[in-house]
Amino acid sequence: MSAKKESLFSKKNMKLIKDPLNDSNPISIQVLGICSALAITIMLENAFVMSMSVLFVLIMANVIVSVIRNMIPDKIRIIVQLVIVATLVITVDQILKAFVYEVSKQLSVFVGLIITNCIIMGRLEAFALGNKVGPSFLDAIGNAFGYTWILLVVGLIREVFGSGSLTMFGLEGLIPESWMIENGGFYEHNGLMLLSPIALFLVAGVIWVQRAKNRKLIEEN
Amino acid sequence: MLDYINIIVKSIFIENMIFAYFLGMCSYLAVSKSVKTASGLGAAVIFVLCVTVPVNYLLENYVLAEGALDWLDADYGLNGSETMDLSFLSFIMFIAVVASIVQLVEMIVEKFAPALYGALGIFLPLIAVNCSILGGALFMQERQYGSIGEATAFAFGSGIGWWIAIVALAAIREKIRYSNVPAPLRGLGITFIITGLMGIAFMAFLGIEL
Repeated sequence: MSAKKESLFSKKNMKLIKDPLNDSNPISIQVLGICSALAITIMLENAFVMSMSVLFVLIMANVIVSVIRNMIPDKIRIIVQLVIVATLVITVDQILKAFVYEVSKQLSVFVGLIITNCIIMGRLEAFALGNKVGPSFLDAIGNAFGYTWILLVVGLIREVFGSGSLTMFGLEGLIPESWMIENGGFYEHNGLMLLSPIALFLVAGVIWVQRAKNRKLIEEN
Repeated sequence: MLDYINIIVKSIFIENMIFAYFLGMCSYLAVSKSVKTASGLGAAVIFVLCVTVPVNYLLENYVLAEGALDWLDADYGLNGSETMDLSFLSFIMFIAVVASIVQLVEMIVEKFAPALYGALGIFLPLIAVNCSILGGALFMQERQYGSIGEATAFAFGSGIGWWIAIVALAAIREKIRYSNVPAPLRGLGITFIITGLMGIAFMAFLGIEL
């Protein structure tokens, strides 16, 4: 048992977790799953709930597909994967509706769109179909956290600078009232942060920093 | 008639699939290096949206929604006193419809219109997992359009909006090859910024009331 555990956390397997956090990040390098990353990051809470949903669906789907990978006929594999993912997403959707109804209203169609989130299909096709359960599980964790940290960073910046609050931690009015322009101060909330295109600039910023640090990742135009 | 035009204009400009909701970004970013291929993918999206949204509309209104099964005979145990609500099944039904229709369309186009297949063929499999197609169906469900005509108008407008977005981005990317972009931003980074600027430009349409 211990020998098996050791092999699960060997160097090669740890790479599966670490790589997607930075050098092969699903959002900024592999360009997968952008849609939801941009549309729902207006508040940190939404970004968190979305990341957790993707984490759950990605891990379960990767493990299930990896378990039955030798039984899936090659020709219909896409539809098999879609059915597995759709079932998991329905579960997530019902759970969100039951426990965090307000957030699920705000996420609206984007919970359903986890089905076609490219990260999930991409990892199933590229990894789970050809690897054992253990590595697939780690690969799913790595990619889900790679997705999560970008969502959280973008969500944090947009909420703090856009509306000056962090509803997730029950913090309202992070900016002192006396700073505000109408009270004779110098500060005003940046309404631009609440518009959706701003998320694109923030992700572009993440990409810029990442590629300036690791110049191997720079593309040929 | 005016209603339909309103819905089309609204879904092209105000509620643009790319700039307002970021749907279908993956293929939008990946297949926008030349105008010709971008235009092909855009046309395929218009086509598939116009086929799948009306089918999903029928499915939603005659099978899935609460009380939609009332047209069934009372013999099946569904008389006025009890109604069925199958809407929790809608994700799996919609994606099954989309995936199978895309497969079907691919086979039909290949058989009867080889020229069209040459133009669209390679893009069709990509489209089954394009967020904008499933997104179209889910928005149709959320907004509860009054008739199948309105749903089709919405699908057509959304498709055109997506096509405009990807063709415009491809045209800009063809030109940006001649500019001196900072090395770490080359490729993906600058594409994000261009899309953001285009998105802000499209926000100008928000003020239009229809």
